[in-house]
Amino acid sequence: MDFLQYFIDGLYIGAIYAIIALGYTMVYGIAKMLNFAHGDVIMVGAYMSYTFVSASGMPVYLSIPIAMVICTVLGIVIEGLAYKPLRGTSSLAVLITAIGVSYFLQNAAQLIWGPAEIGFNRLVNAKPFLLFDGKLRVSPEAMVTLAIAVVIMVALTTFVNRTQTGKAMRAVAEDRDAAQLMGINVNRTISITFAIGSALAAVAGVLLCSKVQSVSPTVGSMPGIRAFTAAVFGGIGSIPGAMLGGMLLGLIETLTGAFISTQFSDAIVFLILIIVLLVKPAGLLGKQVQEKV
Amino acid sequence: MIFLIWLLYIPALYLVYGLRLALAGMGIYLHTFPTMLLHGAVFVGVYHLVKLLKKLLKVQPRIPANAGKKDKTISVYGVVTVGFTAMTALQGYGMLSRSMQGYLVPICAYVVLALSLNLVVGISGELSLGHAGFMGVGAFTGIVAATCAQNAVGDPFLRLVIGMLAGGLMAGVAGLIVGIPVLRLRGDYLAIVTLAFGEILRSLTENLHVGLDSAGLHLSMSNGGVQLQEGGKMIISGALGATGIKPISTFVAGILLVLFTVAVVLNLVHSREGRAIKAVRDNRIAAESVGINATTFKLKAFVISAVLAGMAGALFGLNLGSVQASKFSYTTSIDILVYVVLGGMGNMLGSIISTVVLYLIPEFLRSLADYRMIMYAVVLIVVMLCTWSPKIKNTISLFTYTMRTYWNRLMRKKGGSGK
Repeated sequence: MDFLQYFIDGLYIGAIYAIIALGYTMVYGIAKMLNFAHGDVIMVGAYMSYTFVSASGMPVYLSIPIAMVICTVLGIVIEGLAYKPLRGTSSLAVLITAIGVSYFLQNAAQLIWGPAEIGFNRLVNAKPFLLFDGKLRVSPEAMVTLAIAVVIMVALTTFVNRTQTGKAMRAVAEDRDAAQLMGINVNRTISITFAIGSALAAVAGVLLCSKVQSVSPTVGSMPGIRAFTAAVFGGIGSIPGAMLGGMLLGLIETLTGAFISTQFSDAIVFLILIIVLLVKPAGLLGKQVQEKV
Repeated sequence: MIFLIWLLYIPALYLVYGLRLALAGMGIYLHTFPTMLLHGAVFVGVYHLVKLLKKLLKVQPRIPANAGKKDKTISVYGVVTVGFTAMTALQGYGMLSRSMQGYLVPICAYVVLALSLNLVVGISGELSLGHAGFMGVGAFTGIVAATCAQNAVGDPFLRLVIGMLAGGLMAGVAGLIVGIPVLRLRGDYLAIVTLAFGEILRSLTENLHVGLDSAGLHLSMSNGGVQLQEGGKMIISGALGATGIKPISTFVAGILLVLFTVAVVLNLVHSREGRAIKAVRDNRIAAESVGINATTFKLKAFVISAVLAGMAGALFGLNLGSVQASKFSYTTSIDILVYVVLGGMGNMLGSIISTVVLYLIPEFLRSLADYRMIMYAVVLIVVMLCTWSPKIKNTISLFTYTMRTYWNRLMRKKGGSGK
């Protein structure tokens, strides 16, 4: 029974990682850049939700769309100001710029909302379901989070596979120059990708802070890194891979923390990641691209 | 090579010139062996720098593409030694604030870290996000080694050297263990695995307990796992880190380590091995097809980089009374990477300058109080855009070009050529 309890907890945190990882994987797959500022967009989303909830007293779930809109705008602005001028240059340059953006967002948040942790309202104010005579607790938030993650994944897959814009995204991911020659507006496609990624980050931010019940300027950085490893784990660039990677990471983290060692759960998570990458260098669901001479 | 010549020069210089006379006025006193070594180095460095300046001041129509290599090498040593002389002189006159004096050793450590990371990122072309992990291994090993040697070795400088050697050795072993699997991967996957290894190293050191008593060293990975006899003391206690360290790092030792690193890195880069490493970076398949074993050479660069990072870690760890494992997390790795990329990948002088400048920017911005880190971020983004973006670079060069032509025209008119 203990195992089942931890399994459900693992799925809960895993679903949050999965949503963040979906954002990472979209941006990486199409713009070919590691967006280190993604974790901080999560934080901004959470703060936005907090601000609207505390100002108007609206329920947390109503603040999600507002946070999404603001983060989408933020994502497009960041992309246009900081990343677009560097398109086509060394990927390391873009990486450092992303780190600069991450510093900027963290410190701006610290300036506006202060460095201290602020209490965050729960997403759903309902009693947890008790199963098996109260031995198993399933919080409604965990179920909502899981449902949201699955809905997002299905929606994203349909979007990428079935719509015109999704087709353009896949084309840009495969070969940017060829896509441009076929009349696809590459810059616009990348901007849309950033918009989607940032909107997902806002959702993840609210869900994450609703789980830990607090928000601080650095709340997004560690989950951001975790989700990034999750995206790599599942095969970066692949949407189902990000989902699988996030879920697995959440499960591994919770289960090792519960049954093996709490101190070393970090080390074990990363060790498993390394072993997986050594066996399958492109991740679990990633495509192995053959090198051409 | 230049480093070797220096080593030969130094005793002779010390005897012949009696540097004491020249430098006593600057408040530098020659007492111990390391300072003596350095003053010799300073002398030669300044000599080379003057020679270089003379060369630069001569009007040259155009510098040939490949001619600057040797001069550049000299100028790296020159900049380091001039920086050292300036700092000691300022210190001698009491013109250096207390906080500034406190930054000297960490700056040296970060310069070494940036140089060693530049070997991996710039020369070997692999993005490594776990450099601080090696720094941490070096720091804690160095602390343990220096504490163990406390009774046996009286001279603090010698103890620091022992600490650095032990730290470098241990970090090198860690680098070998990490490098063998990591270097099989490529690109971003390699980056993420180095990040993972860095976090593993940090996580391990965060749980490490080391105690010393009359029976010897006690190691344990769990809290309360170390049972000490009477009179024994804990050196490292888990997440609390190492406490009660005797600070033995000095600026002189730091500069010597920087010079050593510069010598190692530059000699490696300009050697046969270095050319092989760069060939693998530029085109792996082509390099392999002419018989270069890509993995071996990449591993060499990686391990050397780890050793140097470990030595820098020992210098850093032995600088203050206490140090925690959380200092060596991913954030520090990112900071070092920023120094390297902003200084220019593969450019050692750039690494040194950008480390010093970027380390000091937040300190100089203290008057801005809460806004200083935001300013730092803005500076970082703007510098990256100005140095990398093709559009902005073109605009800047167009602007300077227009200004120059305008200036020239103005000058010509003033000269009264009459046209």
